[in-house]
Amino acid sequence: MIDREQVLHVAKLARLRLSEEEVERMSEELSTILEHVERINELDLEGVEPTSHVIDVENVLRPDEPRPCLPREVALANAPDATDEGFRVPSPGG
Amino acid sequence: MTDFEPVIGLEIHVQLKTRTKMFCGCELSFGAPPNTHTCPVCLGHPGTLPVTNAEAVHFGLMIAMALDCTVAPRSIFHRKNYFYPDLPKGYQISQYDIPLGREGRLGDVRIHRVHLEEDAAKLVHAGSSGRMHTAEASVVDFNRGGTPLVEIVSEPDIRTAHQAGDWLRLLRATLKRIGVSDVNMEEGSLRCDANISIRPAGDSNFGVKTELKNMNSFRFIERGIEAEVARQESILRDGGQVVQETLHFDPSTGAITSLRSKEEAHDYRYFPEPDLVPIAPTEAMLERAREALPELPAARAERFERDLGLTAGTAKLLAFRGELGDFFEDALGADGQVEPATLANWVTVELVPRLGDADPQESKVEPRALARLVELVSAKTISQSAGKTVLDVLAAEGGDPERIVQERSLAMAGGDELEGIVERALEANPKAVEELKGGKAKAIGAIVGFAMRETKGRADGGEVNRIVREKLGL
Ligand SMILES: [Zn+2]
Repeated sequence: MIDREQVLHVAKLARLRLSEEEVERMSEELSTILEHVERINELDLEGVEPTSHVIDVENVLRPDEPRPCLPREVALANAPDATDEGFRVPSPGG
Repeated sequence: MTDFEPVIGLEIHVQLKTRTKMFCGCELSFGAPPNTHTCPVCLGHPGTLPVTNAEAVHFGLMIAMALDCTVAPRSIFHRKNYFYPDLPKGYQISQYDIPLGREGRLGDVRIHRVHLEEDAAKLVHAGSSGRMHTAEASVVDFNRGGTPLVEIVSEPDIRTAHQAGDWLRLLRATLKRIGVSDVNMEEGSLRCDANISIRPAGDSNFGVKTELKNMNSFRFIERGIEAEVARQESILRDGGQVVQETLHFDPSTGAITSLRSKEEAHDYRYFPEPDLVPIAPTEAMLERAREALPELPAARAERFERDLGLTAGTAKLLAFRGELGDFFEDALGADGQVEPATLANWVTVELVPRLGDADPQESKVEPRALARLVELVSAKTISQSAGKTVLDVLAAEGGDPERIVQERSLAMAGGDELEGIVERALEANPKAVEELKGGKAKAIGAIVGFAMRETKGRADGGEVNRIVREKLGL
């Protein structure tokens, strides 16, 4: 069971503001997901490597060769706030 | 009173000297106008896919091997999740439970792990203006975002601030030698954090550790560690307890302050990066990395000491500044006659002060010319001080030492010339001659000094001594 505290903690890490009703609902939904995962623990997985990737491909590498970059005005075009040179953000400390 | 023993581990971030970023084709840049080296991948746009830079993996393997690590047969990338304006995706691609390399060693310190990751962007403080109407604003420059990084974590094997500095110098020299990074601390291509705790001497348990962040010079690292060890000692002596936290050392005031944590309790919620497939170094990749490794500084210093008879200090100086070692070996190879230890001293004591931090290979002094010069001094064709004059000329203009000696009449006075000079010295110092004859050996100094002045240092003191005694029948 995912309790209220845990939901609020995860929401804070994800920068989500949840209403009381949403906290309630998330608590139930997340618990269902975890219960589902718990069921896997019932299987005997002795000697089975953890699956990190579902496709069996390795070493997809790119040669170290430069590709064109975005013009700055294009890079900044969708920024909620910008100067001529960069993305403006609230100061993290202040 | 209890004696405390510091327990120190270092965490080093090295920017790799690839041409492009870790997961996109943007060219790396230093000092380029802000936000001119970006693309949808390193700006974290939705729907983009990272692709790993082969050269970054190659450099990572070289580092792992140079640090004597076991290379993971298969390692994977993870997402390290946290929100910060310098991280556009909301996570950093890093490695977690299966790093590229582990269980290595450099010198007397064990290496815990070596892993690949991407650098964050740069936040520039922008004051309080603009549309946001917040009190303070920052501007993000994403040029640095996505630069390939290797993180090196040592085991807590270091016991003093001085040892930390020394070890870091060895690590820096090693990384520089293998050519994977500029390792410039001021420019941030080498960054160091220290994990510090103290415990009663002889105890085998660890105390509570703090993390001292981002010190950007060797001196600051040593001073920062000393200050933090002292702070922890005074807390424990007062009966208090050290709190686990991240700290900042201000080198101008010596003050240590607590940094606000980026994320609650470092809850990074790592999970495997689904957009990147595992790295499973092939035999060819491993072979290429192995072959790219030159002789490493620690081994080179040992060889200089053992095979060439250099002192430990000189050997280390030459080996840790690889370009000096190269120059020294080139000079040694250019002239088989020269005595290695003497040549090494000329490089470290005379050449280095004349060139400063510059690479001697790019100076006007040819390795062969220095070797020849050292030989001229050793053979007493010229005096030590004339040799230094010749080196001044070589450093300023280059050229051939023998020619400089000839053009400037720097050859040691000898034969009839020196005999004549000694005779004049005897005539000019009658009092000293009497004293010398009377058994006062020290009096010879005045006579030899006169001869040295006459020749402007072109005389061999021993030889002048001999002639004086011969002429006086002593
Ligand atoms: Zn990019």
